[in-house]
Amino acid sequence: MALMKYAPQALKNLFMKPATKMYPAEEPVYPEGSRGHIKISIDDCISCGMCVRACPNGALSVDRNAGTWTIDRFDCIACGYCVLKCPKKCLFMEKGYQTPGPEKKEDTYTKSPEVLAAEEEKRKEAARKAAEAKAALAKAAEEKKE
Amino acid sequence: MGKRSVIPFGPQHPVLPEPVHIDLVVEDEKVVEAIPSIGFVHRGLESLAAKKDFNQLVYVAERTCGICSFQHGMGYCEAVEHIFGIEVPRRARFLRTIWAELSRIHSHLLWLGLLADGFGFENLFYQCWRIREKILDLHELTAGGRLIFSVNKVGGVIKDIEKEKLDAILSTLDEVDDELRVIRSVFFEDRTVLSRLKGVGILTREQINDLGAVGPFARASGVRVDMRMLGYAAYDELSFIPIVSNDGDCYARCFIRMMELFQSIKLIREAIGKIPEEKELEVPVKGNPDGEYFMRVEQPRGEAFYYVKASGKPILDRMRIRTPTFANIPALCEMLKDTEIADVGLLVLTIDPCISCTER
Repeated sequence: MALMKYAPQALKNLFMKPATKMYPAEEPVYPEGSRGHIKISIDDCISCGMCVRACPNGALSVDRNAGTWTIDRFDCIACGYCVLKCPKKCLFMEKGYQTPGPEKKEDTYTKSPEVLAAEEEKRKEAARKAAEAKAALAKAAEEKKE
Repeated sequence: MGKRSVIPFGPQHPVLPEPVHIDLVVEDEKVVEAIPSIGFVHRGLESLAAKKDFNQLVYVAERTCGICSFQHGMGYCEAVEHIFGIEVPRRARFLRTIWAELSRIHSHLLWLGLLADGFGFENLFYQCWRIREKILDLHELTAGGRLIFSVNKVGGVIKDIEKEKLDAILSTLDEVDDELRVIRSVFFEDRTVLSRLKGVGILTREQINDLGAVGPFARASGVRVDMRMLGYAAYDELSFIPIVSNDGDCYARCFIRMMELFQSIKLIREAIGKIPEEKELEVPVKGNPDGEYFMRVEQPRGEAFYYVKASGKPILDRMRIRTPTFANIPALCEMLKDTEIADVGLLVLTIDPCISCTER
């Protein structure tokens, strides 16, 4: 008797649309907030390295001097812990999964020359200020001695 | 008495994709003894626990199993939260319950599909997995991942389920409920299904108690054991009574899991009805854990243990996981005795084996 109950479903199966999609020919629809892959807005990054220390799989690396942020997409497990830890909120989880590939490769993002130049300027400014402060201190100490 | 011979079952076998090897000692067509061996996919997650800090370990614990990933993460987090002695906000506990029950529905549907495939009812297999796809879409909508949620953290959850998404869960569950009723009648009443399941692989209540089986496998033999009765997450505020059957055969195991699907739907509806309107989803955690705790959670496959020991350092001294399949293997070997060799594949399936999480 159960088969009689199942017959309407079986008939429905014959005429309904396929339950699956022709991926990748057909673009899949991802909901808002899907954890597909990590994106960085590199110019906001301050190269603090919090994400590198947070990553459970060691997929990230940061070079402060060169202004680069590197991710090994094949090591990344898309857990989103770096996004949670980023103090500048410049990391995001984007929709869409990574495409598979035959070899392991890393994605490197470099800051734009203007940002790098501005950072360099800032560093020089800070160094100059530090030197000035040091000189002032030395001067004050000398005056005290006299 | 016929001649005895040994037939190897697995580690590669069409009926289950995971590597467990069982040496079947057979006499004619009857299995006399079953000797299991595991260790083909050992991943060393517990030694990895000695290298990561306790916050990163949430993501390691989640990856113990791809199917009951949420409950693994939740079990670990609750263990560490108990060591800290912190109380998670009420809304976070309800969210954890909703996610846990959603993943139970998806796991049981996966199992029912595999069972249908195991006894050769391909159409039913596809129906189960088609329904399961709707639940996976709900996972992605609410948590962002289809199987691995990554929403737990020590101290609470990192994501909220907004009102619209809760409504989407309710409307999808209504559809799933209707579709499940169709396949339930096939699983429970169809003659071909019954001939493969009724009276096969019977284990009595005493045998289950002696061998320490857990989960739906034990409940099918009349053992009233369900960790949700302990009231972790928000289960203490929901009306939960474990489903128990006394038959102890394959049909009873199928019955338990099918009825648990409807129970999970009911629990989610109840949880969504009772969920408090709070902004707070986590409590801040300061310092490092110091102490030890045993956490027991009910996964779709049964009871899982988490033992966490810490001594005030960011890296834990020890994390031990005992997964339900590990507890069920001795009972499986007992069950295989005196059965037909043609039923072995089906019988191994009925404990819902998850070998990769057994080997951690």
